[in-house]
Amino acid sequence: MHSLLVKNAYVIDPLNNIRGEIMDIAIKDGKIVESVKDSAEVIDAKGQLTLPGGVDSHSHICGTKVNFGRYMSPEDMRAGRGRAQPYMYPVSGYSVPTVYANTYRYSKMGYTTVLEGAMAPLEARHTHEEFSYNTLQDTLANTLFDGNWSVMEAVAEGDLKKVAAIVGWTLAAVKGFGVKITNPGGTEMWGWGKDIGCIHKKVDYFGVTPAEILDYLIRANEMLNLPHSAHLHTNNLGKPGNYKCTLETMQRAPDLNDKRQTLYMTHVQFHSYGGSKWADFCSKADDVSWMLNRKPNIAIDMGQVMFGKTTTMTADGPMEFNLYRLHHNKWSNHDVELETASGIIPVHYSRKNLVNSIMWAIGLELALMTKNPWQCMLATDNPNGAPFVKYPEVIALLMSQKYREEQLKTVNPDTEKRVFLPSLDRELDINEIAIMTRAAQAKALGIVDIGKGHLGVGADADVAVYPIKMDDIDPSKDYQKIIDGFSQTDYTIKRGRAVSKKGDCLVLGDNATIWVKPKISEKNDISKDPEFMKKFERYYTVSLDNYPVQEEYLHRNICIETETGI
Amino acid sequence: MKKTNVICPFCGCLCDDLTVNIEDNKITGVDNGCALASSKFLNTERLEKPLIKRGGKLVETSYDEAIESSVEILSNAKRPLLFGWSGTQGEAQCKGVHICELLGGVIDNTSSVCHGPSILAIQEVGHPGCTLGQVKNRADLIIYWGCNPVDAHPRHMSRYTTYADGFFLDNAFRERKMIVVDVRKTESANVADEFVRIKPGGDYAVISALRAMIRGKSKSIPDSVAGVSKSQLERVVKMCKEAKFGAIFFGLGMTMSPNKYKNVRNAIELVDEMSRHTKFTITPMRGHWNVYGSNEVFTWMTGYPYGIDFSRGIAFYNPGETTAVDMLSRKECDALLVVASDPGAHFPKKCLEHMADIPVIQIDPHLNCTSHFADIQIPVAITGVETDGTAYRMDGIPLRTKKVIETERPTDTEVLEKMYKKILEAKGKCTHCW
Repeated sequence: MHSLLVKNAYVIDPLNNIRGEIMDIAIKDGKIVESVKDSAEVIDAKGQLTLPGGVDSHSHICGTKVNFGRYMSPEDMRAGRGRAQPYMYPVSGYSVPTVYANTYRYSKMGYTTVLEGAMAPLEARHTHEEFSYNTLQDTLANTLFDGNWSVMEAVAEGDLKKVAAIVGWTLAAVKGFGVKITNPGGTEMWGWGKDIGCIHKKVDYFGVTPAEILDYLIRANEMLNLPHSAHLHTNNLGKPGNYKCTLETMQRAPDLNDKRQTLYMTHVQFHSYGGSKWADFCSKADDVSWMLNRKPNIAIDMGQVMFGKTTTMTADGPMEFNLYRLHHNKWSNHDVELETASGIIPVHYSRKNLVNSIMWAIGLELALMTKNPWQCMLATDNPNGAPFVKYPEVIALLMSQKYREEQLKTVNPDTEKRVFLPSLDRELDINEIAIMTRAAQAKALGIVDIGKGHLGVGADADVAVYPIKMDDIDPSKDYQKIIDGFSQTDYTIKRGRAVSKKGDCLVLGDNATIWVKPKISEKNDISKDPEFMKKFERYYTVSLDNYPVQEEYLHRNICIETETGI
Repeated sequence: MKKTNVICPFCGCLCDDLTVNIEDNKITGVDNGCALASSKFLNTERLEKPLIKRGGKLVETSYDEAIESSVEILSNAKRPLLFGWSGTQGEAQCKGVHICELLGGVIDNTSSVCHGPSILAIQEVGHPGCTLGQVKNRADLIIYWGCNPVDAHPRHMSRYTTYADGFFLDNAFRERKMIVVDVRKTESANVADEFVRIKPGGDYAVISALRAMIRGKSKSIPDSVAGVSKSQLERVVKMCKEAKFGAIFFGLGMTMSPNKYKNVRNAIELVDEMSRHTKFTITPMRGHWNVYGSNEVFTWMTGYPYGIDFSRGIAFYNPGETTAVDMLSRKECDALLVVASDPGAHFPKKCLEHMADIPVIQIDPHLNCTSHFADIQIPVAITGVETDGTAYRMDGIPLRTKKVIETERPTDTEVLEKMYKKILEAKGKCTHCW
């Protein structure tokens, strides 16, 4: 049995209220324990910043869209190439790197759990295949229900139990984790080359509105007792003036769960836009964060944009086509029958560009204006806003007003007239950063109880030791030290083993896939429902028998079974 | 005994509704499948035993010895080429990539001689596509361009397009329109509403003319473009614009005719143009059942879909340089591993001449033209018949093919896994850290 002692660690563990204590972390058999025997392996943290392993609650790392992003972008592969070395295969790519590159880079930054943000159920097998090579982080997959025909029909019938039965069966069949709703209704409309707009327009043929789809899916999510809340990519992404739609959506979100939020809104930066067109485009982060500050039942992630090249990818097919018409680079689209859509385009966020500069500011404003850090996750919607390797810079921007001021000097000079950022003097502290990068993310995903996001006894021994001595630096001034420190851990420990040291992997890795199986009674098993079976047979191109993802694709799996009462 | 919902491992349609009849672990018949499916399931032309060439003759050997000798050849090669992969399972393709990395070799799949140009086009302009079910349920206009599904993908039209009833098309055959574009009148053209016959090499010009007309520039189009009358082009444009959902499928008639990938690029841009008027999508008709899977696997592991050269220690990609036909015709590679494909039947003479000169190792269930070049033959189980494994349909849908009968032969994955471990030993690398 393997034991490990991380000595002299400067620990920040928000879920256990530990703020900068020098302490030892004892680990046995992959879990945090009270103490270990003297014979344990010892890592001396030398008083350096030690956090629970990072959790990314919204990233795109594996699956059909991500791989198509790679497939269409050989130019991206030329950046970020690396040779093989023991425990590390060769890697390529920057914004959509190969699977191994993703897992090595996340590990280098101290991340041990990553959620793939959007998995089309019909294509789930692909996500799981790639997951098995994403060896250094535990993985989870949000599953798309935005344009699900069966869901929309059940919503039209007003049958909440049926919506829950469909969601429950699908999640278990495709080994998914959470309910992802991307541009509800809009992805089905994209099947005819259209979009839907805000939440009260009706979806062609199905006659339901995005608001109704959302209401039902939120309630079905709670009925199934899912660990994570409904995870929403709001309608109207990226359109000037879309903040009104965002506010209206937020206003509707009920408060149904006392353990976590009821609605998780993702990449809210892309949804906090004022103005009526690009010419009068401006930030409305103040209105959105005002609402968020009054709605503890909502959590968001920033969707921070950082300057440089990246690849956008989302299930929001119509949005990507609009973006393509702005950028004129290249455009891929891949609609999935009866379920969802998708699009991919490369973009370059430029400091010279006014719109891009405003987008950059909005993400930071959201984080700085949200009073409770537990409600705002630090993420770039990798790689949409920026590749995740930019997280250390985002952290530094949030911790240092000086750094923000310096950066503001380099962006489009008109930016200051359209944003609030120059007036914000808040500087987040390391505890708030630890919340936004692991504790709050684990809480929002509902995986604290299975040992993620904290270092309490019984937790998974996922630990990140950063070469940062908090007592010796002032993050407000020494922001470069923050960037460097968060870019590469001294040690990343995963399930009790040191898996990387100063960026070099020490093991091949052996990740787990976390998925959810709601317990649903025989009489509510939708896969036995004759009408559902008939529809499946007639309209899908894959039989019901061949649809579910086989257990073979889950090497080490953690299945969360939930009681549902249906 | 009958096994139902079996997935056919023949072409890129991956039909998943076959019923296979089995008696005493032998397949006696296939229901639902096309003639190609039946021939795959009932095929008896097998490689029977591992063989190795000694004194110019192939003699029987053991699997261990065949693998050992293969490892020796590959480990000592300066520029090994690992080709094929489209007829095997995803799991084996992954092992292939790892072997290639270790050898510093070049790995290529059959798309370099089929839809490689389509991929080059996609890398320039993207790909507005969809799953086949979107087409089945919505498309009221189908265009087959440079392909002949009746012969090459026999169930494509009945499962996904012309004859497939869908959610928004109760009576598909009457409600859908079908256009076939080709240089000759094929069986598929016989059932089309409109057959556009193009002079060989005229695809690019015709697509350009259509794009111009959609943009309202009809006046600039001459009376005839590559043998197609202007009035017919006008008719086609009208059909496209009136469609609620148009789906283009294209084959090697577009990718491998003059202008190659530029044709595909132009066709994708035609779809982009049409998408400003209505909904349009485009899908390549992939041949081998898992050729798309080989592109997918290579991409997530190396970043590139085919023609990947690891001689620099990193993945390098330059189709035309790092692709199999080019390497063989330049006599550049000094050992060839062929997995689940048949370059012997399809490659140019110059390539075959070089194949005859260098050691060739074949891993395949079947006897084929490449077998005659092979210095080592390693017979394996047939994926989708004798073993299960992952495959990707032509539209990117991953499926798990099924095992319907038992075999004593090892799978491709097992053989490659053994090779990998032995190459690690041969190269003096630590065996537990890779």
